[in-house]
Amino acid sequence: MLYTLLCYNKEDVVWSWSKEEDDAVMNRLNVVHERLVKEGKLGPALRLLPTTAATTLRGPDMVIDGPFAETKEQLLGFYVIDVPDLDAALAIARELSAANPTSVYEIRPVALYLPEARPNAPKDRIKAY
Amino acid sequence: MNEVIHDPAWIHGALTAARPQAVAALLRYFRDMDIAEEAYQEACLRALKSWPQNGPPRDPTAWLILVGRNAALDGARKRSRDVELPSHDIISNLEDAEAPLIDRLDGSHYRDDVLRLLFICCHPELPATQQIALALRIVSGLTVAQIARAFLVSDAAMEQRITRAKARIAKADVPFEAPGPVERSERLAAVAAMIYLLFNEGYSAGNDPDRAPLCDEAIRLARLLLRLFQTEPEIMGLIALMLLQQSRLPARFDETGEAVLLDDQDRTRWNAKLISEGLALIDKAMRHNRPGPYQVQAAIAATHARAATAADTQWAGIDALYAALERMQPSPVVTLNRAVATAKLHGPEAGLAMIAPLEKALSGYFHYFGARGAFLLQLGRSAEARADFDRAIALAGTPAQAAHIRRHLDRLMHDPR
Repeated sequence: MLYTLLCYNKEDVVWSWSKEEDDAVMNRLNVVHERLVKEGKLGPALRLLPTTAATTLRGPDMVIDGPFAETKEQLLGFYVIDVPDLDAALAIARELSAANPTSVYEIRPVALYLPEARPNAPKDRIKAY
Repeated sequence: MNEVIHDPAWIHGALTAARPQAVAALLRYFRDMDIAEEAYQEACLRALKSWPQNGPPRDPTAWLILVGRNAALDGARKRSRDVELPSHDIISNLEDAEAPLIDRLDGSHYRDDVLRLLFICCHPELPATQQIALALRIVSGLTVAQIARAFLVSDAAMEQRITRAKARIAKADVPFEAPGPVERSERLAAVAAMIYLLFNEGYSAGNDPDRAPLCDEAIRLARLLLRLFQTEPEIMGLIALMLLQQSRLPARFDETGEAVLLDDQDRTRWNAKLISEGLALIDKAMRHNRPGPYQVQAAIAATHARAATAADTQWAGIDALYAALERMQPSPVVTLNRAVATAKLHGPEAGLAMIAPLEKALSGYFHYFGARGAFLLQLGRSAEARADFDRAIALAGTPAQAAHIRRHLDRLMHDPR
């Protein structure tokens, strides 16, 4: 069964981290990521740029600068994981949370999944830095 | 998530992120920079004690403002015999402020607080370097020692510079009422200019580790401004410009610390994340059809960022963008930059012709003689090129600049044409 793990945090805080602080969190997360890859559980995963880079479309003509909603915490990224049940999804979310303790993880089951279909899709990961 | 709270990186990040809003709100309460800063310091000390034990508050900024405000009022009451309290009507304004405060933090009210705080640092009587130093101290919360190191002066000299600047802004009398639209956009422009100066302080220093954080700080402050003023295309352009310039940092210097020209940089080392964000922002900005100098400069940087190799660069687009910039902000330096694009399109003679009238205005400018020397070298006029390179070295501002020109000279020595 497919779940998404949506990662929320205060982006002004996260984007105030020094490179060393950010690297420390990413290194801890990468340990979990790599194990999930080995276990064949990890689908696509994304880290998003800050909401200042976001544009929102409401209706066909209304283009708004900024994110969908002004919130205290922002969606910073997400994973798609393939696990048997909610307990397994929670177990992975717990590991991510331990590696990145100030972020909040929302676990949402997937209703529709369209796999990567670009013929020249990059195989390599985009490096965080 | 109770074990979370001990994460010192999070607390440090929360205090750093909250500082501009918190100091700005405290300044509005107390109308005195020193009281506002002390109140914020006190709130941070209490946060460092309280948060690891009790958990971080849901809204750290509101917590810091309330605690800071109360601490300063308590302190003033205790010292009331020798210290004058803020006038009565200011304090009575605070009495019922607590409840709506959290709401107000989410609303548009506090964006003018932050803008005012930044704008106070841009007082026109302050020289540019003092504006930057003041913003780093007050808004960003860097220590005097950190700022002194970035400006290559002693701690004592920087302390004195900041004290003087503070004394001057204390008399500045920036009104505390919400500004009108014209005034607000003037403030935004002044603050944007100060942020770009801050960025350039760091950027021009290249790979100096003491000054590189200035670039990050400039980007952080500009992102803060854009979060508050989400529809300002020039602020989008400013951030895009800084991000795209910053993206080249890993390729700007070789292992020996020598500058690598844009044409010769290993573009695979450019920071893809910064480029993505920069391109997204310049695209957003241009949708507004309200062009301005930061957007044009960002569009020039974006044209470079979109070229996979130096040979792929769309020089015609860059030439046209510099022409637009010349119309918005006529300056010999802009024309000099345009000449480089023109030379790529139409050959070094066209470049030389364009910069010939600038010699008087740019007679003390390193890049003028560097660029003219390079044009002359391409035309095989070695003796004139050598003379220009010698003048450029004499005008070089950093060892990396001088070393770069010296490399041209070495090549001339070994391969005289």
